[in-house]
Amino acid sequence: MGDPFTLIADFLRDLLLGFGLDPGLTTAILKFVGAAVTATIALTLTFFTIWLERKLIARFQDRLGPNRVGPYGLFQTVADFAKLLTKEVLVPEGADRSVFMIAPLLVVMSVVGLWAVVPFAPTLFGSDINVGVLYLVSIGSVGTLGIMMAGLSSNNKYALLGAFRTVAMMLSYAVPMILTLLIPTMLAGSMGLTKIVEAQNPVWFVILSPIAAFIFYISSLAEVGRTPFDLMEAESEIVAGFHIEYSGISFGMFFVAEFLHAFTIAVLTVTLFFGGWQGPGAEAFPILGFVYFLIKTAILYFVIIWIRATFPRLRIDTINSISWKILTPLALAAVIFTAIIDKLTPGDGWARVPLHLAGSVILIGLTLIAFRAYARSIRKQSEGSGKSLAQTSEAGS
Amino acid sequence: MHEPWIFIAFLIPLGIILPATAIGLNRLLAPRKPNPIKQSTYECGMETVGDTWVQLKGQYYIFGLIFLIFDIEAVFLFPWAVAYQQLQLYMVLEGIFFILLLAGGLLYAWRRGALEWV
Amino acid sequence: MTVLQIIFLGISVIIVIGALMTVSSPNLVHAALWLILALAGVAAIFVLLEASFLAVVQVAVYIDAISILIVIAVMLTRRAMGETERQINRSWLLAAFAAFMVFSGILSLFSQVPQLANTPSDLVESSEFYIQELGKALVNVDQSIIPFEVASVLLLAAMIGAIFIARPPERAGGDS
Repeated sequence: MGDPFTLIADFLRDLLLGFGLDPGLTTAILKFVGAAVTATIALTLTFFTIWLERKLIARFQDRLGPNRVGPYGLFQTVADFAKLLTKEVLVPEGADRSVFMIAPLLVVMSVVGLWAVVPFAPTLFGSDINVGVLYLVSIGSVGTLGIMMAGLSSNNKYALLGAFRTVAMMLSYAVPMILTLLIPTMLAGSMGLTKIVEAQNPVWFVILSPIAAFIFYISSLAEVGRTPFDLMEAESEIVAGFHIEYSGISFGMFFVAEFLHAFTIAVLTVTLFFGGWQGPGAEAFPILGFVYFLIKTAILYFVIIWIRATFPRLRIDTINSISWKILTPLALAAVIFTAIIDKLTPGDGWARVPLHLAGSVILIGLTLIAFRAYARSIRKQSEGSGKSLAQTSEAGS
Repeated sequence: MHEPWIFIAFLIPLGIILPATAIGLNRLLAPRKPNPIKQSTYECGMETVGDTWVQLKGQYYIFGLIFLIFDIEAVFLFPWAVAYQQLQLYMVLEGIFFILLLAGGLLYAWRRGALEWV
Repeated sequence: MTVLQIIFLGISVIIVIGALMTVSSPNLVHAALWLILALAGVAAIFVLLEASFLAVVQVAVYIDAISILIVIAVMLTRRAMGETERQINRSWLLAAFAAFMVFSGILSLFSQVPQLANTPSDLVESSEFYIQELGKALVNVDQSIIPFEVASVLLLAAMIGAIFIARPPERAGGDS
């Protein structure tokens, strides 16, 4: 009753075996069907998330948003897709044609590949590889390569500059992201995402290490290049960044990849830090676990949209400073704190929460003190040379 | 043992094939009327001046190098993190010593101004 | 031939093509991209050998970090796009001969190692176990603690050296 996923898989398996296929081939066919369904659902989901995001952003800004095509404008994205599909794909003169066409495919691939290891419910996951966390890091960064290829092949200065800015930012933010991924690995004693989710019973890792969850969330946002980290499309500086020369459906693919990646961030954060499908009764009824998973994902995705609607874009030097000077040291400190505290804490479950929380509080306190000292030194500097600074800025403008 | 990877081996090609299908569909549906002005590189509506090749800053390379070093550090640390539950305290401290050395490297880069975006 | 062998052959062909195109492509950026294809093929071979940890490390370190570094270096040093130069010079025959000799030397060396002839079919434990054992071995005083810490010193030295070369002291000082 509660487990339709295994039921469907078993039904298909029996059906294929009934045709007289050998078990190995049957497994392969089932995996292929699963992969096809995953990829299709992931890509179709973007139709919905793009609409949702436009609608929500509009509401944040006191507008109506898309409301013409279909009920509540629900089919607006479908119409947009149809239009992009029938638009000419321009390849600029002097562009590196094959690289130019491959780049968007790679970017989409890197996002879809992330979905392979996510456990959506106790019995619903694509593959349970034992190196899941590192797999996420490596396949996710292939997108960086796609962006660089797009910039290199476009034969356009803005595209090149935008691509390299983006690559610099993605490299910067990959460092704290990888470091924080050590914490769930450490606490679960495994890199497999299924094991990580199972280890979050009864305590979610976000409670044990809120700093790690925060850093992961923020640096993933930067990896995608959402506002406030969207300097790759800073129109006033580099027009549209690396995809300036893309048109039609090729541009659409970058768009799809970005929006799907934003949703995937919510999925991954839920899996790694917010207990995945964990919830009351989820073990017994996998479908319930799937519902919990969707609810948590929806909440985190809403926060992503909220952030996008709220914060202005950061400057490139600020962006890189945040990564190297705040998030990376903080991530290193969080790994060290968690490693020591968890070794010292006796017991399991809720018993280890107080010490972990105390550690987080101390760490946050130290960070705030460091911020304060830094702000003081800045203020002192600007007081010392305040006049000359004002003059130079006037002269500069 | 290969079984979990079969799914990935299917999913990753599908991740390329599905968008490629969309682009192929575009080939069938969309008009194709190239002309020199349409094909020219976009540069704020003006004619493109000079070569596309722009001199990049050395900063990109430094960021790339620091990223590479932290990446390798993480690769060393992940097995340590997987085995963490079964390690004694002094073994955990060895891993932390490893992290601290690298943190020293980061501090050096910071003091030398290599992290500034100039 | 089993399915695995067919897959292995297919991946090997991709790797060889990638490697050949890397050395023969006149365009430096294309050469870097072909190199990435070859490296990705190696990662797939690791998966076939049930070394999943090495496979993801191959992608994470080589494809994500090193190849991007290579492309940035190409962009920094010279005009890379659309460059056409002669790919071979006078001594290419000599070089090909040397490469062949090295390859056959390595091959004959490997063929004398008896363990390589066995098929490693007795990997009974889950490979989770192997990563755990690796992690324990890295910090075990009796095993590889020294290489582990030396590796960190080496990484530190690499980082300091890179920054020192990229940013000579006279530029770094000042008020920062």
